[in-house]
Amino acid sequence: MDEVFKALADPSRRSLLDRLHASNGQTLGELCDGLAMTRQAVTKHLGILEAANLVSTIRHGREKLHYLNPVPIHRIGERWIKKFERGKLTALSELKRQLEKRDE
Amino acid sequence: MSKPEFVYVTYIETTPEKLWEALTSSEFTRRYWWNTSVVSDWKVGSPFALVMDGTITDVGEVLEFDPPRRLSYTFHHALSEAARKERPTRVVFHLEPAGKLVKLTLIHEDFAEGSVMLDGISKGWPAILSSLKSMLETGTALAIPPSCLGIEGVS
Repeated sequence: MDEVFKALADPSRRSLLDRLHASNGQTLGELCDGLAMTRQAVTKHLGILEAANLVSTIRHGREKLHYLNPVPIHRIGERWIKKFERGKLTALSELKRQLEKRDE
Repeated sequence: MSKPEFVYVTYIETTPEKLWEALTSSEFTRRYWWNTSVVSDWKVGSPFALVMDGTITDVGEVLEFDPPRRLSYTFHHALSEAARKERPTRVVFHLEPAGKLVKLTLIHEDFAEGSVMLDGISKGWPAILSSLKSMLETGTALAIPPSCLGIEGVS
């Protein structure tokens, strides 16, 4: 679990996870596209995310595809969030979302 | 060749044989998969069904049965009317020894464009795999409410 928290502590790595959430199964090239990071930096960050099992990869023909792997995040949720009341948290998140939407 | 929609990976402290049994025996699946039984004679080409509390939730056909390495079946949701109209998808479990652990890769693929199943699947598998890992490592599965799936007809 330490590895997961360390991997999530970096904003560049969180943004890579956000990009995979928006579009799952991307190649390194697709992930680099439009990012201010060098290809080497993206490769390094993906390595850390893969070691933490937050990103899974498969070979697909000649390409290596990267997938968001939410299983470790789910386990963190089960360990920490279930101690609180899930229903209330959902209601609060929804309230926050609605209020913030109104400001847009 | 379209690319798979979901690739889930979890590392479990167990043996490939025990993990295989946990995936194919109802005695085990009922403990970590919301009381769901897996019903099949596991011959390639045979029918396959998931039965939750006596209700068939998903049906399919066994495509590969290669213990303790590779299991795959087609997957067609049976409860929601919208999902029933979609073509069957494909589920592949791949088990690889990784030191003292077993790496379990689950690939779920071949969804129709704009599939209504995508959402339920993406909530369901991480919960099922987390619960499976807990059961094999600690003997106790996670008590995740099935209502978190948001699937029509499942509460």
